[in-house]
Amino acid sequence: MKILVGYKRVVDYNVRIQVKPDSSGVVTEGVKLSPNPFDEIALEEALRLREKGIASEVVVATIAPADAQAHLRNGLAMGANRAIHVVTDEVVQPLTAARILLKLIEKEQPGLVLLGKQAIDDDANQTGQMLAALWDRPQATFASEIVVDGQVARVTREVDAGLETIEIDLPAVVTTDLRLNEPRFIKLPDIMKAKSKPLETIALADLGVEAAAGLTASHYAAPAKRSKGVMVKDVAELVAALKAKGLV
Amino acid sequence: MSKILIVAEHLNGQLNASTAKCVTAAGKLSPEAIDILVLAADAAGIAAQAAQIAGVSRVLTVERAENAQSLSAVLAPQVAKAAAGYSHVFGPSTTFGKDLMPRVAALLGVPQVSDLMEVVDAQTFKRPVYAGNAIVTVSAPAGAIVATVRTASFPAAAEGGGASVEALSLDVALPTHTRFVELKAGKSDRPDLQTASRVVSGGRALGSADSFRIIYSLADKLGAGVGASRAAVDAGYVPNDMQVGQTGKIIAPELYIAIGISGAIQHLTGIKDAGTIVAINKDAEAPIFEIADFGLVGDLFTLVPELEAALG
Ligand SMILES: Cc1cc2nc3c(=O)[nH]c(=O)nc-3n(C[C@H](O)[C@H](O)[C@H](O)COP(=O)(O)OP(=O)(O)OC[C@H]3O[C@@H](n4cnc5c(N)ncnc54)[C@H](O)[C@@H]3O)c2cc1C
Repeated sequence: MKILVGYKRVVDYNVRIQVKPDSSGVVTEGVKLSPNPFDEIALEEALRLREKGIASEVVVATIAPADAQAHLRNGLAMGANRAIHVVTDEVVQPLTAARILLKLIEKEQPGLVLLGKQAIDDDANQTGQMLAALWDRPQATFASEIVVDGQVARVTREVDAGLETIEIDLPAVVTTDLRLNEPRFIKLPDIMKAKSKPLETIALADLGVEAAAGLTASHYAAPAKRSKGVMVKDVAELVAALKAKGLV
Repeated sequence: MSKILIVAEHLNGQLNASTAKCVTAAGKLSPEAIDILVLAADAAGIAAQAAQIAGVSRVLTVERAENAQSLSAVLAPQVAKAAAGYSHVFGPSTTFGKDLMPRVAALLGVPQVSDLMEVVDAQTFKRPVYAGNAIVTVSAPAGAIVATVRTASFPAAAEGGGASVEALSLDVALPTHTRFVELKAGKSDRPDLQTASRVVSGGRALGSADSFRIIYSLADKLGAGVGASRAAVDAGYVPNDMQVGQTGKIIAPELYIAIGISGAIQHLTGIKDAGTIVAINKDAEAPIFEIADFGLVGDLFTLVPELEAALG
């Protein structure tokens, strides 16, 4: 079985996000970019399934500008067999991303597609579900455990009520939650090895994907700030303050 | 004029409070109609609860054995079909809505507005991005508008409505490729984390599942729900459904008490709309104090029992 992994490049989770003075977006120039943490978990899971002999090949794919090659080499260094880079300078919204990934599915015929449950830039949490709908295949979102048994996968999902387990026929789309695994660290020899692994680039225009009408972002603003409160010296003072506000 | 369809969230015959919050969000559009869609195996009881929400015009029920569990692959084609004639389709930004609504949007061929937090006009909405560190105003293109509603941004609509209940029969073939196995729900007599007016949360500092008992004990004294940081969940002190933050639950209690939680951006995203935030942390420099209304520096293992005792 082949596994296709979505591997997006995003602003690193430690960066303090600043809104541009002209409100046209957030500052991304000169900030650290990293693989989306949920996608690293997706890739790690794919690698583990390969190590267990369930998968034979792991392909990482990204949709990004031309300068994202190093990002894909990172995925190859982690252990993916091959990489596909769909090159575009446009910011691609989830529905279009799903259409692009569907094209890659038609080309690659994977038995399983693993994506992060959300990318930590737009926080949309849509692409996996949209892809599954367009592909007309099962989806298992927010996965914290994946057990593959032949043509079926049992996936435990982190839901508001607790842990839900569903059974899905393969091929299918699974999106990862934080507790699925802990991604491995990349070792130096792996970085060297990754240099010779196949990395295919495809111009988005050559894929024949119709861009979906998307949302138009007109204005970015910093969130309403909570004002800094007061420090109380002890429990008695805290309780008095809460009582004064009618909270206890 | 807008006509809005809201997909009801329910479990074990109980309508989730997120549905009434979606009604409040929908009301901001001053729509011609707000209808609620109940997909269930046995819909009557849930529909009766939905009909009581003020502002609702009609409750539409689709009863099928396949709807006994909320499997998005099964529900989405039904919602997409029922959406005909509506300008907007809303669901809650809970794991139920997050799983279902994008699948509906894709079937309708339209984008989705995730985590709608403010209505500007019928096409224009505000939503958080980058873990809530920026708020973007987005306009949807022509076509149905599908959105998940950030439940912490809207109070639940009041009761006292009297909507009519109508059975809907949708001619849709449903897939069998997705099957429910089980739900392990954390059983608790405490107030639900997502709707509790008071919440006490513990972090990594608690050190073990056993020590977390002092958090439960304080919460019980206050009649509060209990939450946790990701670190506390990852370490296995508490189950996943207690995680508060960017990738856990986004909550807006009147009182939030963060104990032994440093205040990482991803955690703060989940509590920005809380009324009053109290932080107890031994590190006076902890970022949680930047947003806390009341901060107390010290060892939680001394202060928490002391606080519980002081509450009488
Ligand atoms: C993609 C992504 C998503 C994430 N999503 C979430 C999320 O949804 N929710 C979330 O919470 N986190 C999330 N995180 C993790 C987040 O970045 C932090 O790692 C996490 O919130 C830290 O948890 P903590 O505050 O309990 O632990 P720590 O940061 O380790 O803080 C522990 C605190 O306890 C204090 N302390 C220690 N001992 C005592 C004592 N005896 N008495 C008093 N105070 C004490 C310390 O001073 C410290 O401030 C996410 C991270 C990523 C990368």
